[in-house]
Amino acid sequence: MAPDRMAIVRAQGLGKTYRVADKQPGLAGTLRHFVNRRERLIAAVRDVSFSIEPGEFVGFLGANGAGKTTTLKMLTGLIHPTSGSVEVAGCQPQHREADFLSQITLVMGQKQQLIWDLPPLDSLRVNAAVYGIPPAESRRRIAELAEMLELGDELRRPVRKLSLGQRMKAELLAALLHRPAVLFLDEPTLGLDVNAQARVRSFLADYNRRFGATVLLTSHYMADITALCPRVLLIHEGRLFYDGSLETLTQRLAPCREVRLELHAPLGAEAFASYGEVEAIEGREVRLLIPRERLTEQVGRLLADLTVVDLSVSDPPIEDIIGRLFHQGAVA
Amino acid sequence: MGRYLTTLRVFWVASLTAELEYQANFLIELVATAGNLMGSIFVLSLFYGRGQSLGGWSWEGALVVLGVYTLLEGITSTLLQPNLSTIVAHVRTGSLDFVLLKPIDSQFWLSARTFSPWGLPGIALGAGLIGYAAWKAGATPTPLTLLGAVLMLVASLMILYSLWFVLAASSIWFVKIWNATEVLRSVLVAGRFPVSAFPAGLRAFFTFIVPVAFLTTVPAEAILGRASGPWLLAGGAVAIASVVASRWFWNFALRFYTSASS
Repeated sequence: MAPDRMAIVRAQGLGKTYRVADKQPGLAGTLRHFVNRRERLIAAVRDVSFSIEPGEFVGFLGANGAGKTTTLKMLTGLIHPTSGSVEVAGCQPQHREADFLSQITLVMGQKQQLIWDLPPLDSLRVNAAVYGIPPAESRRRIAELAEMLELGDELRRPVRKLSLGQRMKAELLAALLHRPAVLFLDEPTLGLDVNAQARVRSFLADYNRRFGATVLLTSHYMADITALCPRVLLIHEGRLFYDGSLETLTQRLAPCREVRLELHAPLGAEAFASYGEVEAIEGREVRLLIPRERLTEQVGRLLADLTVVDLSVSDPPIEDIIGRLFHQGAVA
Repeated sequence: MGRYLTTLRVFWVASLTAELEYQANFLIELVATAGNLMGSIFVLSLFYGRGQSLGGWSWEGALVVLGVYTLLEGITSTLLQPNLSTIVAHVRTGSLDFVLLKPIDSQFWLSARTFSPWGLPGIALGAGLIGYAAWKAGATPTPLTLLGAVLMLVASLMILYSLWFVLAASSIWFVKIWNATEVLRSVLVAGRFPVSAFPAGLRAFFTFIVPVAFLTTVPAEAILGRASGPWLLAGGAVAIASVVASRWFWNFALRFYTSASS
């Protein structure tokens, strides 16, 4: 593939190898390790290449430990690649030049930058100063983003008194005040309730449209990805396994949907064999995988044949889909 | 440069607003610092009971040393302690990532982020004691000796800052470094007395290994107008060298952090 001149994010043969201490557990192991250090090399990311064009909204999928966060950290310059090259917004991230840092942002669902004891507005003032945004302009941007995020009075309350959802929205505001061209979002909806997730999601879509920002998003919630990302990158054991439209991926990866049943009385696994693949049985609760095209028919049969107390249909969690896929070796 | 000054102002205003919620603290801190100072003066007075002297220093001279120590303690509680102790927390919780992603010098951010007013009583009391004792000692300040005194105080701050920063920065490897900075603090207590009051071995240790001598004794000599040129030069050189070393060390530590963190 010819290098794309338009790309705003480009990774070429990107790799990261960690040196990990190879230590046996227990005191004896610790002592042996102290005398004779042995290290193992672990390849967290191997030969990953992709490029993203300005304004694209890309989902970054993979199981825990697949190399998503490592890749994001290389793209933001927090860690140096062991091999290959990265270019983001025309800069090499690992040099962490001011020009580069002013064009990107990183939001991490499990870490926060807002000052805990102060209202978000104080943290925003600090960020405005650090990014050299004049006061009038920063007030204008805060008002605009606060409106998009449906934040009001919360900005004047100490962060510790905000709910998780309000805090995440304030985190987003703080991360976007300098109007970055490239957004790296690592699990921005982690732990939020369904409503808060939906609001964050619609904000991100709105932001992407309004400012033409490029977004690379990781999430464990399939709903985030389906709602936002026309294109996904799938990483597994450090390698890039899929790069393309979400639709093609879902058809390939999740030909089944998950049906959760709560029954009146427990039944054995063999009772469900004719409806779909049994994922788990816990007492009266059963999870089945049923192919999309036969879903309506099979659910109808289930309701007719068994005494069902409750029934819900969902896409299986990303982890399960990916796990199944690699287990079956459907992609290689 | 202008951006750094604006940032500094915003940093300090933000931390002041947070701290000033607790006005009573100021009074408590004032009483505690004054009590502490009284105790130190009492201990010092024991050495001067029967016309003795401490390491060749007069009573008033020794009080100047104590004043410099109190002043440094005040600056420590105002700037060094609140900022440098959070470096460890940044490393442990991973929020150092956010600092590194800001288009501003990370050492500047980590060293100047907060300003805690609770050290101000110490600064005021220290400065007062220095002035009083220097006047009692009959020091006649000329512009040149004043300049020397200010320079040596700045040098002493630079040295203290660098020592502390390097220790805090090593938390990148040894996440629990908190105890080490406590040890540093207790060694620095030696700065209450003129360095010549210690036995020769300790004197060498406090001059060359942990430069306590440059923290209080050399500035006090300069205030009393009797610092010799070589000592002033040495003080300046040690100060510049330690700040340069702390900067180099930070970049070295970051290289480690950025190539090893997960």
